[in-house]
Amino acid sequence: MIELRDVHKQFGPVEVLTGITADIREGEFFSLLGPSGCGKTTLLRLIGGFDEPTSGSISVDGRPMAGVPANRRPTNMVFQSYAIFPHFNVNENVGYGLRSQRIERAELDRRVAESLSMVGLEGLGTRAAHELSGGQRQRVALARALIMRPKVLLLDEPLSALDKKLRQQMEVELRHLQRAVGITFILVTHDQEEALIMSDRIAVMADGNIEQLSSPQELYSRPVSRRVAAFIGVMNFFDAQVLAEQSNGITLDVAAFGKVEVPRTQVPGKMNGSRATVGVRPEMLTLLFDESDVSERELIGEVVDVVYYGDMTYYEVRLPGVEKPATISMRNTAGRRVLSSGDKARVGWGTDSIVVFE
Amino acid sequence: MSDAHTPKWLSAYAIGYLVFLYAPVLLLPIFAFNDSAIINFPLKGFTTQWFEGLWTTEALHSAVRNSLFVALTTCTISTVLGVCAARASTRYHFPAKRGIMGLIMVPLVLPEIIVAVSLLVVLIQLGLDLSLWSVILGHVLICVPFSIAVLASAFKNFDRSLEEASLDLGVGRVATFFRITLPLVAPGIISSLLITFTISLDEFIIAFFLTGTDATLPVYIWSQLRFTARLPGVMALGTILLTISLLLLILAEWFRRWSARRSGADLESGTGGLY
Repeated sequence: MIELRDVHKQFGPVEVLTGITADIREGEFFSLLGPSGCGKTTLLRLIGGFDEPTSGSISVDGRPMAGVPANRRPTNMVFQSYAIFPHFNVNENVGYGLRSQRIERAELDRRVAESLSMVGLEGLGTRAAHELSGGQRQRVALARALIMRPKVLLLDEPLSALDKKLRQQMEVELRHLQRAVGITFILVTHDQEEALIMSDRIAVMADGNIEQLSSPQELYSRPVSRRVAAFIGVMNFFDAQVLAEQSNGITLDVAAFGKVEVPRTQVPGKMNGSRATVGVRPEMLTLLFDESDVSERELIGEVVDVVYYGDMTYYEVRLPGVEKPATISMRNTAGRRVLSSGDKARVGWGTDSIVVFE
Repeated sequence: MSDAHTPKWLSAYAIGYLVFLYAPVLLLPIFAFNDSAIINFPLKGFTTQWFEGLWTTEALHSAVRNSLFVALTTCTISTVLGVCAARASTRYHFPAKRGIMGLIMVPLVLPEIIVAVSLLVVLIQLGLDLSLWSVILGHVLICVPFSIAVLASAFKNFDRSLEEASLDLGVGRVATFFRITLPLVAPGIISSLLITFTISLDEFIIAFFLTGTDATLPVYIWSQLRFTARLPGVMALGTILLTISLLLLILAEWFRRWSARRSGADLESGTGGLY
């Protein structure tokens, strides 16, 4: 659907994109995820036609886009500020793009009403722009873009201006909307949770390039680098020494954990030399409360901090031989104790719960 | 301001200040209708003869025509220049931007007499004749900074993604300018036109130095002040100007509120909130 081939973008002396190559499939919900300044919005603007790449090519639906301005591309954008025209009402905003095409009045009205009902704004057509709430503005921006029946809808941090509750609701709604219309959505976001919830595939960007492009599950459980791992959720890192490399796995000596044999599938990235880092998600470590609780492997640590979230408790546990305490999350099931600082803790883990990076 | 702790003497001071500021202005209409050639109390009686006198003074009419010509030309030129400069300064980055913008704004603080004298010297050295156009030149110089100040705030409040959204929806650049950009910065443009028109209309020093044989209104009024007998006529003229200025001000404020309401902006901080 969209082919990016070695796309470079330079603003003056600053190289914002350093050679992006990727394919975005038809009908998928695709996210560009990364910290601010990683180039994700620049890439979106290149696809939308608001800027031209310094070198490299972009094609949409098989057509090369070089020299094609934004108003002639089969893409539409939902802007971060929503860019609702303040001097028009909702109907005029939504119908703006169609009015410049020669479309009959009745057909125009029908399609405006259709778009408004698609985003749940029936009956608000005559509202003035300044009478809209943040959530409604976002829906108007969506309706205004979708009415053009684009091949690709570009969304530039569309939820960042909304409060948390509304944002969570819109995440689900956007996902449903995308499935209903079947249009390719490209979302730019710095919120990893948002990307995980909504996307079919996620491209994690850093320093102007794609660090990893994969499904949300794979991104979370098998990040290819320490940087990706740290950006998606929480991960504990431990220093490790490579003892031996076999054809189907590697043997490591991990701080606190000791000697571990790890299969190749848990080494998603490239390895370099004998030093390595081992990553473990907080929910992959378990606190063993009773004698009857058993685990594949066990460690004894000391609780240094407890943060109670209601459904979960997050523990900071100092493990032998490791300076930085490890974060361990435990679901607060019925009858389960909450430990306090200073308590000794038995920590259970398994070799299948760790990821190895360079 | 309805704070109960505001000391009494502060409100007394405020009232005194306002009286000092506006009482002399109120004398204008009073003496304009006074049936006496001498500006003095007690009042003698009601008359409209001073206004009737203005109707037949040919020199005054030509001064008004000159002033309107100068003011309209000045406000148009300086607003057009202001739009260009404000747009460039709020939207683009270019070398020495701060220095260039600073130089453009300097006439705001430069004494007018210096502008007037130096322009006079330059024009004479160049061998150019003094005319209304030399006055317009001077007025544009001092009006452009005001235009920029008003318009820069209008352009700064203008969200650039509105233009991009319009492009994105398939509307070309020219149509986007007329349908989106122009309507949204219009309040700023009108504010700029009104302010620079007013500044040019009542500017005296530059007009006095640079005008040739054609006097503008302030220069005409100044020339009348030498004759005591003409004083009531000046009062009448002042009354007319006062009324027109008030109407213009009310119009500008009404327009600002209307456009702020339309765009949903905060009434107190809307674009062109100079009034």
